[in-house]
Amino acid sequence: MNGFAFSLCGAPLIALPSGALWWSGARLLAVGDLHLGKSERLARRGGAMLPPYEVHETLTRLEADIAATDPGTVLCLGDSFDDLDAAAGLNACAVQELKGLMAGREWIWVAGNHDPGPTDLGGTHLAELHRGALVFRHIAVPGARGEVSGHYHPKARLGRVSRPAFLVDSARVILPAYGTYTGGLHSDDRALQGLMGKRALAVLTGKAATPIPMRRDGSR
Amino acid sequence: MTALPPIFENWFAARGWSIHPHQQTLLDRADAPALLLIAPTGGGKTLAGFLPTLVDLADGCHDGLHTVYISPLKALAADIRRNLTMPVAELGLPIRMEDRTGDTSHARRRRQRADPPHILLTTPESLALLLSYEDAPRIFAGLKRVVVDEIHALADSKRGDQLMLCLARLSALCPGLRRLGLSATVEDPDAIARFLADHPGRCEIVHADPGPDPDISMLQTDEPPPWAGGGGVHAIPAILEQVRRHRTTLIFHNTRAQSEIFFHALWLANDDDLPIGIHHGSLSREQRERVEAAMVAGKLRAVVCTGSLDLGIDWGDVDLVIQVGAPKNVKRLVQRIGRANHRYNAPSKALLVPANRFEVVECVAALEAVRARALDGEPRGPGPRDVLCQHILITAAAGPLDADTLFAEVTRAGPYADLSRADFDACLDFVATGGYALRAYDRWQRLKCTNGAWHLRDPRAVTRIRMNIGTIIDTEMMKVRLKNSRGGTPLGEVEEAFAATLTPGDTFLIGGQVVRFEGLRDMAVEVTRRAGAAPRIAVFSGTKFATSTQLSDRILRLLCRSDWPELPDHTAHWLHLQRQMSKLPQPDRLLIETFPHDGRAQTCVYAFAGRNAQQTLGLLLTRQMEEAGLHPLGFVATDYATLIWGLEMPVDPASLFDAQAMRAGFDTWLTGNAVMKRTFRGAAVIAGLIERNTPGRRKTGRQAGFSSDILYDTLVKYDPDHLLLKITREEAMKGLVDFGRIEEMLDRVRGRIDHVALPRVSPLAAPLFLEAGRVPVDGTGQERLLAEQAHGAMQAAGLG
Repeated sequence: MNGFAFSLCGAPLIALPSGALWWSGARLLAVGDLHLGKSERLARRGGAMLPPYEVHETLTRLEADIAATDPGTVLCLGDSFDDLDAAAGLNACAVQELKGLMAGREWIWVAGNHDPGPTDLGGTHLAELHRGALVFRHIAVPGARGEVSGHYHPKARLGRVSRPAFLVDSARVILPAYGTYTGGLHSDDRALQGLMGKRALAVLTGKAATPIPMRRDGSR
Repeated sequence: MTALPPIFENWFAARGWSIHPHQQTLLDRADAPALLLIAPTGGGKTLAGFLPTLVDLADGCHDGLHTVYISPLKALAADIRRNLTMPVAELGLPIRMEDRTGDTSHARRRRQRADPPHILLTTPESLALLLSYEDAPRIFAGLKRVVVDEIHALADSKRGDQLMLCLARLSALCPGLRRLGLSATVEDPDAIARFLADHPGRCEIVHADPGPDPDISMLQTDEPPPWAGGGGVHAIPAILEQVRRHRTTLIFHNTRAQSEIFFHALWLANDDDLPIGIHHGSLSREQRERVEAAMVAGKLRAVVCTGSLDLGIDWGDVDLVIQVGAPKNVKRLVQRIGRANHRYNAPSKALLVPANRFEVVECVAALEAVRARALDGEPRGPGPRDVLCQHILITAAAGPLDADTLFAEVTRAGPYADLSRADFDACLDFVATGGYALRAYDRWQRLKCTNGAWHLRDPRAVTRIRMNIGTIIDTEMMKVRLKNSRGGTPLGEVEEAFAATLTPGDTFLIGGQVVRFEGLRDMAVEVTRRAGAAPRIAVFSGTKFATSTQLSDRILRLLCRSDWPELPDHTAHWLHLQRQMSKLPQPDRLLIETFPHDGRAQTCVYAFAGRNAQQTLGLLLTRQMEEAGLHPLGFVATDYATLIWGLEMPVDPASLFDAQAMRAGFDTWLTGNAVMKRTFRGAAVIAGLIERNTPGRRKTGRQAGFSSDILYDTLVKYDPDHLLLKITREEAMKGLVDFGRIEEMLDRVRGRIDHVALPRVSPLAAPLFLEAGRVPVDGTGQERLLAEQAHGAMQAAGLG
């Protein structure tokens, strides 16, 4: 499997270049912050009408990861929908596409701050999931161990290149946002610096998964 | 002839003034629906523009708004108000005048809406904002005249296009409205008249006496200018000497970064402690205002500046203008020179300081053009559609609109006079539905059509629309502040991309001082003062102007002469040497030199197409060379040539110039290009697809959710014929990509290509090796480079 392999509390994991996390031992694929329906939500609220192709684009990438890993469980780490109305407002094609991905495997929606409640789309809706030594939730809890979370949309910079990134240390991993229309929070932000240990890595996504030290300026 | 009312007559007489002929002409023709006054700086333009208004208002019978004055600069609006206050007070006229800009307080703006003054001085953006209010018809009721100052500056930009749409709206609200444009000397007054006219009506032109020819020459320096680069630092002793000999000197630079470097060097050499300031658009407002105040008070002997001082603000007693670096454009040079000797009938005095050897040639060509009064300028195409999209939104914010009526209205504006109904409808569709091939927003359209009238679906949207009015696209900038416990003195701004490359301890120049980067805090760059350290250099984008077509052409013709007595010996010698060793470029031919140097095969193409087009040419040629197996490694472009280096020597470089192959390559190359993404961002912001500001929080571009590049990539992939991609392509062709000038060059040359294979570097090519801005050819290189850097960082941190 192409990606950056590491282990979290004994569980061997792979940070995929796409931004998804693969746990082969549990045949579990985790993705953070899909933000499906973002363009619909902005338009509904009287804002800009963005190109309405991001749901299809996001699901197409997810489909490729699913085809490559054949997971028994797909876990969406919250903020899977830009809001609950956006889940209800997905067009027929998008629902069809999503149902196709969900068919034949366990599908878990972890609650996020954008999508706190269940939707009509099937799958299991949970506040958090404990599996083996790991716990999956939307927002990282300080002091937690073996935790996989999303929420912050971390990105990291190397030279002039800035890309969505996994943040990894011995206690937790924070996933980059997987959705097409998502921005990011820099890994040098205080919120992220406070959560991650001294020897944390940032794993840049892109054509390959590229690990770099999360702290490089020596000032913190 | 309209006689001046006696009180005006007496006022003029008391000052020993007499009315200028063009001021009388404007008074006589005060009823013309549209007039354009062309007058040199200092020609009493402003008074000419306002005299008909003052005369009309003298009887005190007019209620409400009478005249709207529009200037491109907030500072200019305030300046003009101050200048007018004196005659109005001395004449005892019953006139209320106020300015209204982004700096005007909220309470005052509200009061101005409720009770408009007689004369309102404002900017295009503030006018557009006023027109977005439902009560615009009431605010502008009774309006008689609109005066557009410095219209030549506005006519070159989208701000001008927006303003003309706003004037069309005003003319619809106030039938009989008269417009007057005030312009500096321009190459094509008819084009500006067409721009200003209320179509299908015409706009007449009044020419003031152009005044005496400027006294302009090249500054002689003991030290010849360097071979390449553009600082003008070699001329500092000579420039200081000129500053000593004059009362007040303006020292213009083409870019902010250059002005910073120059100011720093000047400051180190300023042994007499002459009071000299710096002024450019990236400095904090406080700092700029300090320099402006000192300037007006006559406390400064010189100001190092950029285009931010280009417009007609009266900065006091300037008696010398120095232009450092090639002027690139003769018209701008003439307008800059007009900044000196702000008095009618006194010649302006200016000195040109070429910053390198090639610029000596360019300066001499520009001097010849100024003497021949041959100004340059690229004709502007039709009004851009992103501006029209914003105008439709603004109009909808003011109330329901009828498509036929609005179409008729916008085609009265000069830039949109030839707009087709289909193009208009596409813009309306974009504003209403997003204009996507996939019709996704039926329920959430921005505009709905009810009983034939288009209106906002959600009336709350007006706030967002008003917050995003305007066509000025700033690069993403970050404030720079001195670090201290209380937040720190603001020093100015640097580009976000530059801030991203800083690590604590790095030093750079801003406002003439060297500072040390300490860290980022609250979206600001925190620094400490670090005198004496060697600075890295702040990279300001500014606009990098390309040498105009006309000036490039003059340079080519100058190079054809048999000898150059008008050039300094060092430069003439250099050209003679080039003629002996190789060839000099000719106007109707294309010269290509190939030679080995530095272990690489070098190809130098002298297309004289301007910096942007030469850059594009570099990208296109290296692509073709890659396909031909020549393994190009990189290139560098200047205004006159592109130098490419690679592993294999091209045997027949002329074959690379097949126009058809070049166009085909261009199409595929263009789509993925970073320049396109930057251009797209501008169009998307103006057209309303990306909101710079949203209610509740003011955002910088960086925080705006996610990058506009993602939207661009998505559109290219799923909706390649979308309106915004068409707009982007049109604009890039004219602007940063400038493919138009490559076409022009191909057309001029018509296959007459001279290939000279040399054993070593030619004299004309030599300076190119010293040029900054070398572009590596991007193959699979980037990912490999990234992996290497990452590996290095991991090793260094002991994590590898």
